[in-house]
Amino acid sequence: MLAVQTKSLSKQYGDVHAVNQLNLQVPRGIIFGFLGRNGAGKTTTIRLLTGLAKPSSGSAWVADVPIRDHQALSWKIGYLPEEPAFYQWMTPYEFLDHIGRIFRISSKERKHRINDLLEIVNLKTAAKRRIKGFSRGMRQRLGLAQALINQPEVLFLDEPASALDPEGRRTVLNLILNLKIKHTVFMSTHILADAEEICDRLAIIDRGKLIVEDEKFELQKRYSMPILELACRPEDTGKFSETLYAFRDKPWVIDIQIEGTVAKIHVASKETAQETIFSAILQTQISLVRFEWVKPTLESIFLNLIGENHNK
Amino acid sequence: MIFFTSLRKEFLESLRRERLLIILSVFLVFGLTSPLLAKYTPEILKLLPETEAIASIIPEPTLLDSVNQFVKNISQFGFFLAILLTMGSVSQEKEKGTASMVLVKPLPRSVFLFSKFIALSLAFLISLLLTAVGAFYYSNLLFTTSDFSAWLWMAILLWLIITVYVALTLLFSTLFRSQPAAAGVSFGVMILFSLLGSLPTFEKYLPDRLSTWAINLFTGGGISGWIALLVSLGIIALSLLSAWLIFRKQELE
Repeated sequence: MLAVQTKSLSKQYGDVHAVNQLNLQVPRGIIFGFLGRNGAGKTTTIRLLTGLAKPSSGSAWVADVPIRDHQALSWKIGYLPEEPAFYQWMTPYEFLDHIGRIFRISSKERKHRINDLLEIVNLKTAAKRRIKGFSRGMRQRLGLAQALINQPEVLFLDEPASALDPEGRRTVLNLILNLKIKHTVFMSTHILADAEEICDRLAIIDRGKLIVEDEKFELQKRYSMPILELACRPEDTGKFSETLYAFRDKPWVIDIQIEGTVAKIHVASKETAQETIFSAILQTQISLVRFEWVKPTLESIFLNLIGENHNK
Repeated sequence: MIFFTSLRKEFLESLRRERLLIILSVFLVFGLTSPLLAKYTPEILKLLPETEAIASIIPEPTLLDSVNQFVKNISQFGFFLAILLTMGSVSQEKEKGTASMVLVKPLPRSVFLFSKFIALSLAFLISLLLTAVGAFYYSNLLFTTSDFSAWLWMAILLWLIITVYVALTLLFSTLFRSQPAAAGVSFGVMILFSLLGSLPTFEKYLPDRLSTWAINLFTGGGISGWIALLVSLGIIALSLLSAWLIFRKQELE
């Protein structure tokens, strides 16, 4: 059972391929991170999947509903745009009530859900204030509440935390993390640290094309270039850097960075590096205080893949 | 049911953003001063120095002067209000992003559009009826007793002309992204109608003919405007249908 499935989904504006032959498979009950730089095609994809834009070609299903069937689709999804817009003259309670009425939720149930949601997004005290004076963080939380009022199967969040301050970002990420118990979350972001922190599965898109889609840990395993981190005693610094810089031109070395007693060596072959560097260090009798393989960050994977795509 | 949800929002907006209050205030001010101005203009002229000669040739004001003044004021201000209050109804929601926020939900675009038309039209109807009641009272006080049903039908005919501009501006607000563009084209149509209206061949077909009909309800002059009524209803229906056909195909940001 898939939450989102796309088959050769494309959207073209004139000569620009905003989304190009996109094939995605998003399982249910996960937080799916849709990554890419600004203008990569993330928002267009979400607009296609929510029925706000029509595909030029290809097809897609959300919670088993074809995206072309907008009415049926709208019951199954929740949507938070990058910059949620509200009727400024309404209060949060009134706005959620209006959305609840659109979903034909009964009066009693509506009241119950609104109060619950205002509690969850921490807007209970501001429930009767006009939205007009709300901060960006408050608007984002209200946006999340309105996206959840129909208890959607799939929740689309477009850059939900990108424009928030650290505190607001933390609050929103924690809220999203708790959502996967009941919903599938399809979240676009260009902030890789956010995706790394909360997503289970990731897709990277560049210039409208899907570059990779997999489980987060699989990606980290598959695409990361190993980084060896070594640290020596302060008295060995000179010998240490001299020994390591000697490897600079080796074909299996991508990059060497040495700062004081710490060196980071970015390598193409883990086995060769481990064997060669370790024996060289032993021969020079440098006392190492650290010798470890560093877990690759999503950022390094992202940059590598985007770089490869641009070199094609 | 869903239509009433959308209409409820539109009415709430009319109240909160004081649209209803603006329409009612303008109509009351210019509608109620019509009988007063008709009655007292000659009196005011008499008070001015060296205007005795002019004042003496002005005939004694009648109920018809009051009605004429009323129709002229209400239709002029009504057109302007119809255009100014409708120009942003769809374009602004598209531009600000509220349209996509609610239309991604199970709210049909037809409902979104027509509820706006109904809410605005009803705001004009309520304001016009109240103003007509006030003008009827003042006219009876200042002139001869008139038939209330004539005032009522006059208000409805004026409302129909105003509604034509509400429907047209709603269409342009759907078609264009910017409010000034929607207003500009609507004003263009208004000018076109008034130019065509000055030609006798076209006059009887245009919405403005309804105001002549409205005045004739008091004189019993036998001038009616059934063709203009049908044309007006046709323009309204066609504008709404076109707006819907355009809006249902539009992609929202």
